[in-house]
Amino acid sequence: MSRQHEILPSIGIIGGGVAGLVTAISLQDAGYDVHLYEKTEGLGKETCSWFAGGMIAPWCERDGADDLVRDRGVESLSWWAHHYDGVQQQGSLVLSAARDRSEILRFSRRTQQHETIDEARIAALEPALAGRFREGLFYPKESHLDPRFALPALEQHFLKAGGAVKRGYEVVADELKEDIIVDCRGFAARDDLPRLRGVRGEMIRIHSAEVNFTRPVRLLHPRQPVYIVPRAHGVLMVGATSIESDSHAPVTVRSAYDLLEAVQRLHPALGEANIIEVSAGVRPAYPDNLPDIEQKGRVIYANGLYRHGFLLSPWCARKVVELIGKQEGKAA
Amino acid sequence: MPLGLYGSEVSSRFLLGTARYPSPAMLEEAIREAGVDIVTVSLRRESLGIDGTQKGSGQAFWSLIRETGARILPNTAGCHSVREAVTTAHMAREVMGTNWIKLEVIADDMALNPDVFGLVEAARILTEEGFSVFPYTTADLGVGERLLQAGCQVLMPWAAPIGSGQGLSDINALKAYRQHFATTTLIIDAGIGRPSQAADAMEMGYDAVLLNSAVARAGDPVLMARAFALAIEAGRAAYKADPIEPYLGAMPSSPLTGMASLS
Repeated sequence: MSRQHEILPSIGIIGGGVAGLVTAISLQDAGYDVHLYEKTEGLGKETCSWFAGGMIAPWCERDGADDLVRDRGVESLSWWAHHYDGVQQQGSLVLSAARDRSEILRFSRRTQQHETIDEARIAALEPALAGRFREGLFYPKESHLDPRFALPALEQHFLKAGGAVKRGYEVVADELKEDIIVDCRGFAARDDLPRLRGVRGEMIRIHSAEVNFTRPVRLLHPRQPVYIVPRAHGVLMVGATSIESDSHAPVTVRSAYDLLEAVQRLHPALGEANIIEVSAGVRPAYPDNLPDIEQKGRVIYANGLYRHGFLLSPWCARKVVELIGKQEGKAA
Repeated sequence: MPLGLYGSEVSSRFLLGTARYPSPAMLEEAIREAGVDIVTVSLRRESLGIDGTQKGSGQAFWSLIRETGARILPNTAGCHSVREAVTTAHMAREVMGTNWIKLEVIADDMALNPDVFGLVEAARILTEEGFSVFPYTTADLGVGERLLQAGCQVLMPWAAPIGSGQGLSDINALKAYRQHFATTTLIIDAGIGRPSQAADAMEMGYDAVLLNSAVARAGDPVLMARAFALAIEAGRAAYKADPIEPYLGAMPSSPLTGMASLS
């Protein structure tokens, strides 16, 4: 790296979820000396990224979202491929029951970079689904990862490249000595960001010895669309509800029923799978459900990643790097 | 002429649901773009999540809706019994500070059709308690009569099942309904998919249209909200302008008498 730490401002990042880690590494890539502060001892269920699907699916995510989610999400495909070697580049599959064919038509009109595929092609891609669906959409450029492996790997990557991580106690921006502070606390920053709200998401993890997939499968349904993302060792992650509430209460019967009913509709043999986890988290969102960067004094808030933490954090981090780049002279 | 609803007057005849938009910001823009005066809000999980033990957990979304300035018509979507619907209406009055209630008592969870017996009973209870009830009902005349006897001053027959976008699936029944309840305020509630269908209903003399999915799930909800506003306005104007009746055969649009003699 040609840039010298001495002439660049030092950066402190608060929050060790996907937003914090991706921002930390992006700033490190740009030559800055970065310290990351995270209140929890280890990565886990206090971070909403822990419950994420981990789909890098800019085209599929366009459905039910703004065009900007796609436009800002495309760059994350290469970001993740460059920074984490566990990315599965297998594309994604979108299906619907025959009676919900209108959902496939709508989805296909609304999204790009897909191929319409028939029964034989579906069976070739996902043998477990042979004979179950006549038509589907395949998005060959999309990828996915397991957040529970990707986040620790990013932290190791950051440490190896000279970054410092302080875990286990809560810090306040005012007390930190770094020149610039980037606040990536997600919904915990609510008191500083009045426009931020919480959107509850619920997910379930199951283990099946019989049925597994190679890529995320989305089952469209007019009421409760569900996605299933394969993890290692026969585990499947099923998600996710989206409820206008910042409650951390346990998953409701209704949500669990909706998610599990869809799973069994995707494949009856999944009815024999074991439920290994049922969790709820709260996503941070702005009124337009898009991330935003906002600066107050020496604190930059990067927040509002909503359902798109893994998809949009590289864009968000790049914007933070650009913002700091413009201020280098002033801050140092 | 403004639309009168339980002693209040509103200028827009387009009532909009608030669920399933890509974002609250897009909902707000749709309300503004379409000039909507009344929005309906569910107290259940889809929006506020204020039932059960987690009171107040949906405050942020609720504040965003209030900021739009639209009048709130709370609804009892997802209620399957008289008791549930009445309790939800009480909660709505307490939380939202209005005695207006869009009353839904659902019979079947898949079909989302109204349980008309429960509906009439809940309407009677709520009217006696001072609520202004907007009942989501079928196009059945007898049920409509019972709802009026129960104290409703507005009837809201469905055009087709909720969220189906099928449009006016029984157009003759809806015409008969309008004719039968000639002096009652009638609002089409549910089943509308396209602006042309809303315009049809308004041309038939319906007083207003209420919908949600057709806008919320459109590719561009804001543009679709505007399209519906225009269609509803056009349909209302056409109704008031007294359209011509269809005629078997052609009718020249230029006068045939008094033609100039060119020979």
